[in-house]
Amino acid sequence: MFAKILIANRGEIACRVIETARKMGVGTVAVYSDVDAGARHVALADQAVHIGAAAPAESYLRGDVIIQAALDTGAEAIHPGYGFLSENPEFVEAVEAAGLVFIGPSAKAIRAMGLKDAAKALMEEAGVPVVPGYHGSNQDSAYLAEQAEQIGYPVLIKAVAGGGGKGMRLVEKEGEFDAALASAQGEAKTAFGNADVLIEKYITSPRHIEVQVFGDGTDAVHLFERDCSLQRRHQKVIEEAPAPGMTEDVRAAMGNAAVRAAKAIGYAGAGTIEFIVDGSDGLRTDGFWFMEMNTRLQVEHPVTEAITGVDLVEWQLRVASGEGLPASQSDLAIKGHAFEARLYAEDVPAGFLPATGTLSHLEFPQDARIDTGVRTGDEISPWYDPMIAKLTTHGPTRAVALKQLEQALTRTEVAGSVTNLAFLTSLTRHEGFRAGDVDTGLIGRDLEHLAEEPVACSRTRALAALGFAGLTEAVGEAADIESAGFTLWEPVPQTITFLYNGEEIAARITTLAVGEHRVEIGEIAHDVTRRAGIWFVDGAKTRARVRRFGESLSVFWGNGYVFEAIDPLARGGAAEEGGNIVAAPMPGLLKAVFVKPGAKVTEGDRLVILEAMKMEHSLLASRDGVVADVLCGEGDQVVAGAPLIQLEEAEV
Amino acid sequence: MKLVSKAITAGEGFEANRAAHLEALGVVSEAAKLAAAGGGEKSRARHVSRGKMLPRERVANLLDAGSDFLEVGATAAHGMYDGAAPCAGVIAGIGQVMGQDVMVVCNDATVKGGTYYPMTVKKHLRAQEIAAECRLPCVYLVDSGGANLPNQDEVFPDRDHFGRIFYNQANMSAAGIPQIAVVMGSCTAGGAYVPAMADVSIIVKEQGTIFLAGPPLVKAATGEIVSAEDLGGGDVHTRLSGVADYLAEDDAHALALTRQAIGNLNITKPATVNWQSPEEPVYDPEELLGVVPADLRTPYDIREVIARVVDGSRFDEFKARFGETLVTGFAHLEGCPVGIIANNGVLFSEAAQKGAHFVELCSQRKIPLIFLQNITGFMVGQKYENEGIARHGAKLVTAVATTSVPKVTMVVGGSFGAGNYGMAGRAYQPRFMWSWPTSRISVMGGPQAAGVLATVKRDAIERGGGSWSAEEEAAFKQPTIEMFEEQSHPLYASARLWDDGIVDPRKTRRVLSLSLRAALNAPIDDTRFGVFRI
Repeated sequence: MFAKILIANRGEIACRVIETARKMGVGTVAVYSDVDAGARHVALADQAVHIGAAAPAESYLRGDVIIQAALDTGAEAIHPGYGFLSENPEFVEAVEAAGLVFIGPSAKAIRAMGLKDAAKALMEEAGVPVVPGYHGSNQDSAYLAEQAEQIGYPVLIKAVAGGGGKGMRLVEKEGEFDAALASAQGEAKTAFGNADVLIEKYITSPRHIEVQVFGDGTDAVHLFERDCSLQRRHQKVIEEAPAPGMTEDVRAAMGNAAVRAAKAIGYAGAGTIEFIVDGSDGLRTDGFWFMEMNTRLQVEHPVTEAITGVDLVEWQLRVASGEGLPASQSDLAIKGHAFEARLYAEDVPAGFLPATGTLSHLEFPQDARIDTGVRTGDEISPWYDPMIAKLTTHGPTRAVALKQLEQALTRTEVAGSVTNLAFLTSLTRHEGFRAGDVDTGLIGRDLEHLAEEPVACSRTRALAALGFAGLTEAVGEAADIESAGFTLWEPVPQTITFLYNGEEIAARITTLAVGEHRVEIGEIAHDVTRRAGIWFVDGAKTRARVRRFGESLSVFWGNGYVFEAIDPLARGGAAEEGGNIVAAPMPGLLKAVFVKPGAKVTEGDRLVILEAMKMEHSLLASRDGVVADVLCGEGDQVVAGAPLIQLEEAEV
Repeated sequence: MKLVSKAITAGEGFEANRAAHLEALGVVSEAAKLAAAGGGEKSRARHVSRGKMLPRERVANLLDAGSDFLEVGATAAHGMYDGAAPCAGVIAGIGQVMGQDVMVVCNDATVKGGTYYPMTVKKHLRAQEIAAECRLPCVYLVDSGGANLPNQDEVFPDRDHFGRIFYNQANMSAAGIPQIAVVMGSCTAGGAYVPAMADVSIIVKEQGTIFLAGPPLVKAATGEIVSAEDLGGGDVHTRLSGVADYLAEDDAHALALTRQAIGNLNITKPATVNWQSPEEPVYDPEELLGVVPADLRTPYDIREVIARVVDGSRFDEFKARFGETLVTGFAHLEGCPVGIIANNGVLFSEAAQKGAHFVELCSQRKIPLIFLQNITGFMVGQKYENEGIARHGAKLVTAVATTSVPKVTMVVGGSFGAGNYGMAGRAYQPRFMWSWPTSRISVMGGPQAAGVLATVKRDAIERGGGSWSAEEEAAFKQPTIEMFEEQSHPLYASARLWDDGIVDPRKTRRVLSLSLRAALNAPIDDTRFGVFRI
C-alpha cells in the first residue's frame, strides 16, 4: 500500500478520497488554487500544495504542476477524483513517466473509451449491445441525414467528443434535421474543438441505467446498477441503486455485458458503463444498449457503496497498489436500497442558474451520508461546480430509503445562497418517482410543479418576526433572563417589520411570559412558545429553527425560508432631494448661467457658476427635470439662499 | 442556608388566601387596564388617524425587542380629576434601548392633549428623580400642549412644579446623564424647553411642533398669521432654527433615530456588586398568593415570602436569635447580592438595633438593601418608652436615612406609623418603592385612629359631665374608619405616587431585580452615617 497519495482535485470528492485514505493509514496531499487556500479538502489533508490561480486551467488542470507537487511531497500515487484530469490519457502518461502511480485506468483504456463512436465499435466487437446509429467519419450533412433516415426518427445527434449534453440535439422528424445538425456541430466545435457528430436512435421512454464495474487490468467484476434517470437537461439530479423494476435476468445480462466491456479494454480501477434502457414496457434483457463508459469514479458512487458495503476508493487504492480484485463476483450482493441527491447552489426559479455566495450557515442531518467539500463560512465561487453536497440515504426498501431522503432534505439547512433543496424535496414527493416510474423525461414533464418554491405560511412568518426581534435561542431562557419582555401589568406589544420576497410584513409581538409570545400579522395570530430549545406554535411542537445572518434571516422548517431585515434608518433625505428651487448656498457673484427656461436637465447637470470667497462653485441639478424659470442673470450679486433656478414640478 | 417552608400549600386556608389575593389583584388589574387605554377609544382613533403611533406603541417600539419595561406610576392619578387623566397622561418607565437601561417619559396626547395635570408633573418629576439617582439616560417622547390651564395654580408656580422639569434636564445633563427629546406632536410654551434643553432632539416631520407661543397666541399678541408648521415645524427647526437636530419622516423613523442616538452614548455600567449566576427560588412564587394571609391582622412568617423571592431560596440569616421581629440577612436576587430587612412582627428595641447594625454592614460592603415592609409600628407602653425605644428606633431610622447603598422597598403588608420610617418608606428615598395589592399604608390603622379620636372626645364629654353611649361612639368612629380604609388602599396611594406602583406578589422577585438592575447603573458611594444615639 502507498505511504502517501496526492489528490488532484478539490471539493467533496477530494474530501471523500482523503477520508478513505486516512482510514487506511495512507498519508494525503491536497492541492489548491488561490481561492481554495482555506477550503475543506485542504484542511482535511495531511499536506497541501498551492498549484496556481483560481481558473481551473491555471491550477487543477495543470498536470505538470500537480505531478511536481506529488514529487516534492513524496507522494507515490495520484488520485484524480472526477472531472479535471481524471479522464486525460496524456496526464496518465505523464504521471507514469514521473515514476508515480495513477489511481485509475491506463491511458490506453481511457483513449479507447474517449471517442464515443470508436468506443461503440469496440463494444460491438466485444458483444455488448449498442444503440442503432451511425458512428462513422463521414460528416457530410446529406449523408448524415440519410443515415438518420435509415436508423429511423426520432434520432439523437451527439458530438463525438461530447459529454454533459453539449453538442446534443433531438430530432423528431426529417424536416428538422439540417438545422439541428448545424447547431450541434457549432456547439461541438466551440466546446470540444471537434465538430464531428454521431447519430443514434432516440428511445422514447428512455431510462439511464449504469453499471459500476471494477477491474484489475485483467479481471473485472460489476457492482450492480444505478438508475440515474432523474435528469434535468442531461444533468443527474437524484440517483438510486438498485434500479426500480430491475429483474435478476436483466441485471445479469447488463452486468455481464458491462464486465465484458471492461475486460475488452483491460480495465483497471473503478469505471461505469452507461446504458440507455427502453423503459416503455418493463426492463428486458434485449432492451438495453451501451452508451459510453466513464473511466473514473462517478459522482454518484455512494449509492453503490451503500447497497454493496464496498468502499470503492479503498478498492481503487488497493488495486492501484498492485492487489488483485478485492472480491469476486459471487462475493457481491445487494443489500437494501439507496438514494443520492445532489444539492447545488442554483437558482431554480430562474431556470437552475448556478448561484454563488458565502454559506453563512450549513448544517446537515445526522442520519444521512453527507459528502461535501464546504463548511459554514465557505464560499461557493463562480470558478467551480456549485455543488454543495451529496446526501445519500440507505434503507431496507426503496420506499424507506426514499422517505429517509425526503427527511434528510427537509432537515438540511443552508443559508447564504439559493439552492435546489426545495426542488429536490419536491422530487422525493413526486408520485411517479415514488412509484418507481422513472425515465429521463420525468423532470422535464413536471418541471413547473417541481420547481415551484414553497411559500412561507403565517406560522413561519411569525417565527421570522420573533427572529428579527431577537427573541430566539437563548432569550427568555435562564442564560438571558434580562430579555424576558417583562411588564408590571399590561403587555407592551412591539411591531417588527421585515421583508419576504420583497413584500413588507408587519408583525405585532406581545410577550405573554418568559419565552411565550403572541404574534399577530394582519388578522392572523399565533401563540409561539420556546421551551428547551424547541418552538411550539399554537401549542404544537415544531422542528423549526430560526437563524439570523446579518441582514437576512432563515427559518428552517422543512425548507429554508429567507427573510430580509428592513433598516429603519434607511429613510429620509430623499424627500429633501429633488426640490424645485436651486438656491445660492452662500453670497456671491454669478459668473455663468447655463440654462434657459424650458431646458431639459438631468441630475448632475451644471446650472450656474457662483463665485464666492475666491472660489468658483458649480451648482448642479439635484434631479432630472425641466427648467421652469431662471431667476437670476450673469453678473448678479446674490445673497445666501437666493433662488436662482426653478425647476418644473416633478411628475409623480 | 436554604430556607425550609413550613407553609401548607394546599387546602382551604391556602385557597381562601389565594382567592382574596386574586380579588385584590383583579381590582388593580382593572385600574391598570383603564390607565393603559389612555384617553378612550375616540381620542385614540383620532390620534391614529393623524398617522401617529399610540403612546404605548411609541414606548414599545423605542425599546429593544423583548426588553423589560418597569413602568413607574402605572395607575397614577387613578380616581383623581374625575378620571380625566388616566395614567396621569404620561407613561414613564425603565426599559432597554440598544442594551442600555433608559428612563422613558412619554406624553399621552389622547389624554387632554397631553396637558400636564398636577399628577402629570409629579410623575414626570418622579421619573426624572429615578433617572438622576440611577444615572439613567432620559428619553422624552413629547406630545403635549403644556400646562393644564384650569389647574395652573397646582402646576406652574411651586418648586416641584412644571419648571422643575427643565431644571432637572439641565442638571442631569450637567451630571453627564444624557437627555434626549423626541418631538412627536405639540411642544408648546414651557413644553418647548423639553427639546430645547435636551442634549439631542429629534422631530417628526409635519407632526412635531415646537414654539413658545402657538399660532392663536401669536395672532392675539402681534396679529401675525402663521401656520403651525411654518412657525415651528420639523423643517423649520432642523433647517433654520437649529432647535431640533434630526428630522424624522414619521414616528417609526424618529424612534429608530432615537435608538441610534442611544447607541452612540458610550455609557458603561459601573462595577458595583459581585454578580452570581441567577437561580430560580426552590419554592414557586406562585404559592405566595396562598401562603401569605390576605388579612393583614393574621401573622405569618416573612421567611415564607423570602423563600419565594431569592435565588435558590437561600438566605444567610443574620442575628436570627436576637430581635426576632425583624428578619435580616443576605441573599441573591437574580444574581445580585442583597441585604434583606423584613418585618416579622412589631418592632422592639432589640430589633431596631439589629436593623441598624445590618444596615451598617451592608453599607460597609456596598450591598443593596431590600426592605419587605409589613409593620404596624414600634412597640408602645411604659416598659418600652422607659428603655428608650425611641432612641433605638432612631438608630434604625438614621441608618436607613443616611446609607448610600441603593434601597428598594416592597410593602407586602401594613405600612403604619414610625415603622414606615424605619423600613425605608417613601420619605427615606428608596430608589424604588412598590406595594402589594393587599397592602395598606397610613399613619396608623383606621380603628386605632378612630379609637384615639373617640377617647379624646369621650374625655371631653365626660369632663363636661355628659355621657356617650356605645352606639354614639360607634357612629362617631365610623367615618374615620371609612376614611382610613379608603386612603390606605394601595390604589389611593399609588394614584398619588406615594409609591412607584402596585405589584402582583408573584412578580415581586422580578420587580425587585429590575429595580436593582436599574439602580446599579449608578456607582455606590461610600456611606457617612449621622450621629447614632448609642
